[in-house]
Amino acid sequence: MLNWLQNIGHKTFSRFSRVGRGTLFLWQCLLSLSYVFTKPMLLVRQLHSVGVQTLLIILVAGLFVGMVLALQAYIVLVDFGAEESISLMVSLSILRELGPVFTGLLFAGRAGSALTAEIGLMKSTEQLSGMEMMAVNPMKYIIAPRFLAGVISVPLLTAIFMAVAILGGYFVAIEMLGIYEGVFWSQMQTKVDFYEDLMNGMIKSLVFGFVVVWIAVFEGYDCVPTSEGLGQATTRTVVHGSLAVLGLDFLLTALMFNV
Amino acid sequence: MDIRQGQVTAIMGPSGTGKTTLLKLIGGQLKPDAGTVHVAGENVHQLSAKALYDLRRRTMGMLFQSGALLTDLSVFDNVAFPLREHTSLPESAIRDLVLLKLEVVGLRGARDLMPAELSGGMSRRVALARAIALDPEMILYDEPFTGQDPISKGVLVKLIHNMNHALGMTSVVVSHDVDETASISDYIYVISGGKVVEHGTPKNINHSASDWVRQFMGGLADGPVPFHYSSQPMIEDLMTSSNEGAK
Repeated sequence: MLNWLQNIGHKTFSRFSRVGRGTLFLWQCLLSLSYVFTKPMLLVRQLHSVGVQTLLIILVAGLFVGMVLALQAYIVLVDFGAEESISLMVSLSILRELGPVFTGLLFAGRAGSALTAEIGLMKSTEQLSGMEMMAVNPMKYIIAPRFLAGVISVPLLTAIFMAVAILGGYFVAIEMLGIYEGVFWSQMQTKVDFYEDLMNGMIKSLVFGFVVVWIAVFEGYDCVPTSEGLGQATTRTVVHGSLAVLGLDFLLTALMFNV
Repeated sequence: MDIRQGQVTAIMGPSGTGKTTLLKLIGGQLKPDAGTVHVAGENVHQLSAKALYDLRRRTMGMLFQSGALLTDLSVFDNVAFPLREHTSLPESAIRDLVLLKLEVVGLRGARDLMPAELSGGMSRRVALARAIALDPEMILYDEPFTGQDPISKGVLVKLIHNMNHALGMTSVVVSHDVDETASISDYIYVISGGKVVEHGTPKNINHSASDWVRQFMGGLADGPVPFHYSSQPMIEDLMTSSNEGAK
């Protein structure tokens, strides 16, 4: 019984101290961001490995999500003779929800895990300590460029996801289901609001990007530098990152649409 | 413990006794529970982060056990890294300096290789060239000979010795390779269980009155350090049932 209580206390304490370390880490990271502007090449390299290399999975996923959505929308709407509103259903669900959420989840799985593994391996091979002893702050040289690259990449990837998904929906609606092209675009044009729908989606993506990259770089930096610890850290990045995206999505939706 | 300027000071002791921890304390990477560390007259653990980085840049170089080369940079860029970060020298001057440092460790020809293409001994030599890139006053060597073949060991021994004498650097060598370390050090501290058990010149240490130190320096199986990890008597262990044993 006493052991059990002690165990609970210990676990609670370690959780809270992790939250504390994570917050301090974020603070230091934000303070280090100015360094990135003195070495823009560091950022460019990270934008490539974090952003550009995630592009393919975003393109493919976006295309299929848009196509499936158009098919499902058609099946429901055709019963009411409203199949011409297919573009509305596709675009609103993509812009408000699926674009930012899917991109956040895919980013956590593809780029987040890679970031954690890379930084964790640098820690276990003493590259971070080595840098400290060369009087180069790894927070500035390693963490800040990766963090900034992630925060910039996620909204851009989300925008690309949205565009490709709508094109996927367009392809299914026009080419396969025979919806009239003019109706498809004009429905979207009249009912989709720039601020209400598109901007809110982009704000969501910015928040998701911030949180997922924060989790990813922190898990790498804070990991136990062994093969087991690194594996656990990578898993935590994907699990916590994905859950954070879904939880925050609910919160942001409730706030944005005043439900 | 007192580390004198311009000398090679060795810190020896069995694995897991806190040698690397001691180096990390000197470098300010860990905070001590008690006691103080002074480097070049400054208390390392009372400096602000900025002053600590400044102290490291001016006075310290460190050779890590794993080499700790940056894996995404070539040999040349690794050695150039501290120069590019801390000086505003033109690229031509950096090139000359890097080639000079690589010449010292005999790897000028390997400048375009990536760290993954180097052997263990070579990567440690590159790391050494990088550690001396900013001409520090003191170099901390963490287990420089561990896992090296005899030739690489010989090369490293010669390099550490030469660097100390030619450049007048202070060297701190943490190691448990007794012969190699004793051959180049001016003064030796033997530590065990977080305490200094003996210190003196290599000659004095070899003739130490302590059985423990003699066992360590001679690499003897018999002595005060038992071969067996502490356990219950063998007969009791064998007579217990397998279930209890598993517990």
